[in-house]
Amino acid sequence: MAIINSQPLPSRPAPVNNSGLIFWLRSNFFSSPLNTVLTAVCLYGLWQVLPGLVDWFFLSATWAIYGPEGNASEITNQTVAACKEAGGACWSLISVKHRFMLFGFYPQDEQWRPMVTCFLLVGMMMASGIRRFWHPVFLLVWLATLVVSFVLMAGGLFGLTEVPTSKWGGLPLTLGMAVLSVAFSLPFGILLALGRRSEMNFIRTLCICYIELIRAVPLISILFMASFLLPLFMPEDLTINKLLRAQIGIILFASAYMAEVIRGGLQAIPKGQYEAADAMGLTYWQATRKIILPQALKISIPPIVSTIIGTFKDSSLVVIIGLFDVLNTVRIAFSADPPWTPFYMESYFVGAAVFFIFCFGMSHYSQWLEKQLDTGHKA
Amino acid sequence: MKSWKLLAASALGVALMAGNASASTLDTIKERGKLLCGSNGKTAGFSAPDANGKMAGFDVDFCRAISAAVFNDPDKVEYVPLTSKQRLTALQSGEIDVLSRTTTMTMSRDAGMGLSFAATTIYDGQGFMVAKKLGVTSAKELDGAAVCTRTGTNTELNMADFFNKNKMDYKPVVFEDRSEERAAFFSGRCDVMTADLTGLAGVRANAPGNPDDYAILPEVISKEPLSIAVRSDDAEWFSLVRWVTYALINAEEMGITAANVEKMKMSQDPAIQRLLGVNGNLGEKIGLSNDWAVRAIGAVGNYSEIFERNIGTNSPLKIERGINALWSDGGILYAAPVR
Repeated sequence: MAIINSQPLPSRPAPVNNSGLIFWLRSNFFSSPLNTVLTAVCLYGLWQVLPGLVDWFFLSATWAIYGPEGNASEITNQTVAACKEAGGACWSLISVKHRFMLFGFYPQDEQWRPMVTCFLLVGMMMASGIRRFWHPVFLLVWLATLVVSFVLMAGGLFGLTEVPTSKWGGLPLTLGMAVLSVAFSLPFGILLALGRRSEMNFIRTLCICYIELIRAVPLISILFMASFLLPLFMPEDLTINKLLRAQIGIILFASAYMAEVIRGGLQAIPKGQYEAADAMGLTYWQATRKIILPQALKISIPPIVSTIIGTFKDSSLVVIIGLFDVLNTVRIAFSADPPWTPFYMESYFVGAAVFFIFCFGMSHYSQWLEKQLDTGHKA
Repeated sequence: MKSWKLLAASALGVALMAGNASASTLDTIKERGKLLCGSNGKTAGFSAPDANGKMAGFDVDFCRAISAAVFNDPDKVEYVPLTSKQRLTALQSGEIDVLSRTTTMTMSRDAGMGLSFAATTIYDGQGFMVAKKLGVTSAKELDGAAVCTRTGTNTELNMADFFNKNKMDYKPVVFEDRSEERAAFFSGRCDVMTADLTGLAGVRANAPGNPDDYAILPEVISKEPLSIAVRSDDAEWFSLVRWVTYALINAEEMGITAANVEKMKMSQDPAIQRLLGVNGNLGEKIGLSNDWAVRAIGAVGNYSEIFERNIGTNSPLKIERGINALWSDGGILYAAPVR
């Protein structure tokens, strides 16, 4: 007689060698003699570095401000003394200098204006990420935002005091330059990319010349040209705003790179798509707008975002022509005030954090967008 | 289509901006309602943000004095931040009216560039700083030393010249930035730090330990007369900038301060009466009202007040007057008389 167990046996835990922490450690850190050695070396390195770093960063760090309120020099003296005493990071620097770090030389009484500008720009950047808003009207909203931001920063209207661009600085300057660069370089880039693939000789040659010329020189040299050579060619009593010159330089530069990125996308579209559009009797612009560009831009998202992030970071190069972007204001916050000069690492951490937040955000958004737009077709 | 619109718009902008070609600098400034002052914005004590984020410093105060003399208001100045490479171009191209930005007067800058130096505001020079525990008392004993300096400045060239001339070996340790250089010096990566004396004093005053552990050696290896520059095409503007600066130096000599300038108008001293416009019409000769000096001194104080407030021994930079004392006090500061 057969004994049939109608109940399944209770599952037994996996052998120790194939699961759990030990397994995970073994397969990830000690799977071969080489890996074991590497792990040991890394552990030793961390053991050497980490305690000091944690101590500097948190345990011995100073956060508070000392000294009587309103007395700047006493606050500086007492706080710097407290920082030196504690021996760790002096985050008090941020508490004391955050205003200058964020807004530069913008008048203190008018500080709400750059602040609102920053919120507007960041808010609009985030809103642009939501697909529901992708509508021609949204472009008008963007345009309105830019106008409002500009009026807020520059003043001179609606009873706002005028603030010359030489006083603009910090985060609004960096954000504004980035937004304008993207806003102009993307359409210019698309036109240049289409132009380079055009069958009209003159336009094609023009676009190729432009793209290759700009890509052959570094951004620094374009900024130098805009800031040193251009004024010398102009009549003496005619000056173009320095900020505008730098902005145009960055746009010219970013457009060329954007064009090549988009051209890559255009080239990846199978020929059948063009032929299908032709067969349906669409004109060149109809085909481009409704069939080619939507696909080309979709596959170019990662490199486009890379270019945007690159442009955002490149904007800190304007320091060489004397504009105060956020990296520069963060630097001046310690370097122009002698008692604070020992705490330059802290300042650079702030600069790095600002750039990290924006760049990391952009790169994550692009990954999310790719998933959103994924139609399953792999060209 | 798009590019045509852009072109048309920029052409219009050009036409709008290119008004009154031949107006004098002073008229242009008055019409504009503010002085455009080329500045630095990141040199402690000379031009840097104060606690409220406003531009302040030794260089800045001379622009404020000019603004006060012209507008009777020291704050009608727009500070145009410039890098050291940009500053001369900015002045040549008319982007600024006056350059007050730790600029050394040299022959090559004065001749043939369309620029003129109206007045020297401070006599600086390049020196060396060492830790006292090294026991060095003269720069001539620095054979074989590792020297911290910054890249791309005259400082580097002057240092090379000095060591070659004295047939000494040295090891340059070059940095991009003052804060890195400073950290390297105090952590012992180099034995000597070389920079302008004003810069060295600031670094020494804010040493991590006791400033007295460090000494600035007596040798000064270069002359750096830091001066205010204007364009050469307007001699009247040149005179105005020069005499406003001289007025501040003369005020120190006569004991006129921001606090007592109104009272000093009653003085019986004819030199003071002339400077303050009680007698004579010297102000009108530089296109201003006769109380021009009262306005300037009242706004920023005399030379000594400017010096002490921004870079003097009570400021974070703790710089001694040294050769920048008045000629009557043993220095070389000597302003021509107002008469």
